[in-house]
Amino acid sequence: MSANGKPRFAMYWAAGCGGCEIAVLNIHEKILDVDANFEVVFWPVAVDTKYKDVEAMPDGSITLTLFNGGIRNSENEELAHLLRRKSQILVAFGACACEGGIPGLANLSTPQAVFEAAYDSVSTDNPDSIRPQSVWNVPEGELHIPEFYPVLKTLDQVVPVDYFMPGCPPESHQIAAVVDLVIQALQGKAELPPPGSVIGAGSSTVCDECPRARNVKLIRQYRRIQHLSRVDPTLCLLEQGIPCNGPATRDGCGALCPKVGAQCIGCYGPAQGTLDYGARLLSALASVVDGKEPEEIEQALAGIPDPAGQVYRFSLANSLLGASKEAWEQEEEIHEAAHHD
Amino acid sequence: MTAHNGHSEQERIGVYVCHCGSNIAGTIDVEDVARWAADKLNRRGVVIARDYKFMCSSLGQELIEKDIRELGLTRVVVAACSPHLHEQTFRVACRRAGLNPYLCELVSIREQASWVHTDKKAATEKAKAILSGGVERVIHHQPLEPLHVPIHPATLVVGGGIAGIQAALEIADAGFHVYLVEREPSIGGHMAQFDKTFPTMDCAACILTPRMVSVGTHPNITLLTWSEVVDVQGYVGNFTVTVNKKARYVKEELCTGCGICQEKCPKKVLDETFEAGLGYRKAVYTPFPQAVPKFPVIDRPNCTFFQKGTCRACEKLCPTGAIDFNQQDERLTLQVGNIILATGFDILDARRIAQYGYGRLANVFTSLEFERLSNAAGPTNGQIVLRDGVTQPKTVGIIHCAGSRDRNFNNYCSAICCMQSLKFAHLVRERTGATVYNFYIDIRTTAKAYDEFYQRVLDEGAILIRGRVAEVTDAARLPGEDGKLIIQVEDTLAGKQRRIPVDMVVLSVALEPRHDAKEVAKQFGISCSSDGWIIEKHPKLDPVATMTEGVFVAGCAQGPKDIPTSVAQGAASSARVLARIQQKEIALEPVRASVDESKCSGCRICNGLCPFNAILFHEDRMVTEINPALCQGCGTCVAACPAGAISGTVFSNEQVLAQIEGLLLQPLGALEEPVPV
Repeated sequence: MSANGKPRFAMYWAAGCGGCEIAVLNIHEKILDVDANFEVVFWPVAVDTKYKDVEAMPDGSITLTLFNGGIRNSENEELAHLLRRKSQILVAFGACACEGGIPGLANLSTPQAVFEAAYDSVSTDNPDSIRPQSVWNVPEGELHIPEFYPVLKTLDQVVPVDYFMPGCPPESHQIAAVVDLVIQALQGKAELPPPGSVIGAGSSTVCDECPRARNVKLIRQYRRIQHLSRVDPTLCLLEQGIPCNGPATRDGCGALCPKVGAQCIGCYGPAQGTLDYGARLLSALASVVDGKEPEEIEQALAGIPDPAGQVYRFSLANSLLGASKEAWEQEEEIHEAAHHD
Repeated sequence: MTAHNGHSEQERIGVYVCHCGSNIAGTIDVEDVARWAADKLNRRGVVIARDYKFMCSSLGQELIEKDIRELGLTRVVVAACSPHLHEQTFRVACRRAGLNPYLCELVSIREQASWVHTDKKAATEKAKAILSGGVERVIHHQPLEPLHVPIHPATLVVGGGIAGIQAALEIADAGFHVYLVEREPSIGGHMAQFDKTFPTMDCAACILTPRMVSVGTHPNITLLTWSEVVDVQGYVGNFTVTVNKKARYVKEELCTGCGICQEKCPKKVLDETFEAGLGYRKAVYTPFPQAVPKFPVIDRPNCTFFQKGTCRACEKLCPTGAIDFNQQDERLTLQVGNIILATGFDILDARRIAQYGYGRLANVFTSLEFERLSNAAGPTNGQIVLRDGVTQPKTVGIIHCAGSRDRNFNNYCSAICCMQSLKFAHLVRERTGATVYNFYIDIRTTAKAYDEFYQRVLDEGAILIRGRVAEVTDAARLPGEDGKLIIQVEDTLAGKQRRIPVDMVVLSVALEPRHDAKEVAKQFGISCSSDGWIIEKHPKLDPVATMTEGVFVAGCAQGPKDIPTSVAQGAASSARVLARIQQKEIALEPVRASVDESKCSGCRICNGLCPFNAILFHEDRMVTEINPALCQGCGTCVAACPAGAISGTVFSNEQVLAQIEGLLLQPLGALEEPVPV
């Protein structure tokens, strides 16, 4: 508790787009409840605090920390350890912290390939092929910037996490509900779920919340939604051949995308108890292909031109494989080097 | 999913490593594996690890039972052969000792290690990994009870050849109902086309037709000819079979089989099936006079009325008014408990063996054509004549193994060709006195009285030449070859090339699987070998069962065989079925999938996938349910469920992942560290 008796709140933005930060602000007047009930001690987007301020806090003095973004570099990792130490409740907040998210898709490539795409692509004006260096000497002395890791990790692959709140970003009404729950719990009026739980989401899948009619599925051809001239407004999107991730994705969003005619892309992550989201989804998408001949099946699946991007868009870092072999090998080299130091 | 789960502390696991004589112990240091398990896996819950010469022997089983009783084992892992062979043995041993049989895991270190490796050290290490996987897996096993379902007493026999006839009669005579489905207009199969049967030279019709009549009149047999199975659902004891009874255009209840329609029908049609293209039938026909049932069928594509709208001769002249041009195909739904497949064989299309000239050289005949030529009821009334229908051959060449034992066609031996070719030689000698040459690779006359028949044919003057025929040609080169078929062959006993001019060549063509054998197998949920023959459950010990419970196989559908063996298999399959029926119910493996309704969102992805139709969708609650009596535990839906809402007993994620971790414990060095609590 802080000097004014209020529980302390922190929020941190690691490797992510920042949408989670906006989503918190998007809870509208509820944000006033946050302010009324918590003392915000660390929230780089909203409050001017320094890392050293956090380091100075007693361990376990922050009541609730919402950590968004994956662990992409040494700074993310350092803050994950620091905030874990300082926090009573650490929440992996949003798809990137929970599952790796979109940045985790880079685990299919090596850092060299990532840098090449970022610093040497057609749209980049970088005639000298300058690349970020973690150490750089200038007349004033040695400069350090965070080191880029070959494998992006989820928060709980780096530190123990109390709760997981999925979504890209988590839906505002779910955030508000969680904030309410924590406040109630702090006042002794409610009980927090067991540690390790997923909060702010359901335990079934998006189909549970989707109003579209569905039948037995027999898919002759998968097609990207933009290639269809007309999408039936009431029929299951998957049945129309659109690779909708809803059947494998945890509910809680209210099936927002399918309701407005866009396929679910899976930001809420795997359903309760599912070990590997992408493997489950791919297996399901393949199961409902209506074809006996290998050519027919290949033809049907050709409509999913980027299977890894389709089924692991948000969850590659948290999948059984996690990253490409090359990325893992480089990751191991770094760890071995650190071990020898 | 951590390897160091707290489970193992509570379980008391016994490990039993089998030598299998030298089958395993020859390649794997089984004593080392057992010692290693006792030493390294004790922290994983292993309290005893033993090796034994033959774990499956009664002494080996007693060892396990004794340990269960005395050491209070709660789990058993046997490292031996494939579960396919002895899983049941060890499960039953566990049950005798009071342990639920499903708490026993059999891991295969024979098929998966000793038999497939030569490096003893590596194979031993692999055996340890496999064993460790089994230990980690068995911790997660649950005690299960089998499901008991009643067995429907009726049986479906598919195929009305001699094998199917035998099976149907055995079961019907035992007092149980049989549906015999045959796609041709009559039962009888290939045997009905033959004149004589080797080696006794019994008249085929004389021994077959009484059986056919028995089938036709048996109160316990529903005979469905001109019919085909179109759908099979369900499982052992409870199959639902849909049969398409093709329209005969003849009312069976009115037809007396008098034959006037066949006599009066103006349309002659080449009979490619029964007469092998040598004779004609009418557009309304029974394939042969003794056909069972006696009712003819109208061959719609060849019937003048159906094609041109006029004629109706049969209708006008039928004394009982049995012709009905408006008849439609009929779908029948049958409930049966067991199925016997006796779907027979096709013969190889002799035109494929281009060098033998069939189809190009008029006087090259197939074995089936020769059967019809020599048949007293055949197109020539048993006269063995050339294609012109009148000329008797003076010399005949009979080529064995045409398309068999030949990597260009079929690697297998068709089993019957030696005896069939010798029978042909005998018939030619008997009927025409012509000179007969038999060209063979090896003579295989292994069954009872077969070799005696061979000696008899030799005594009758048939000339046997050992050598594979290179070519049959009509291009004469030497004096005496003009107008003849010349057989070019290397006589491997004389050690020289020969050219033998003959008037007639008979090809003993290979027996091949039915052209649609693969589709039929799929329909009944069984598999075919790469050759296309139906695979039996065990090639030696279970020759008439298949891997699908309740589906049996008899006769040539399983592989080429002669009449006595087909009959024996027909009888054997019926014995298996009768044993089942007598049990009245069957215990089904409790390996089942089930749905966690709280996780099921009703996406319906699994709904169309179940091969056993066990999946039911509740529209009102929008959840899927699996019928445990229909579920066979195949796991298709488990793999397909994107929400992970379906899990399968014995193959749960937890069990499979634990097994994978177990496989990796040793290489990851996890067994070297103390287990954190």
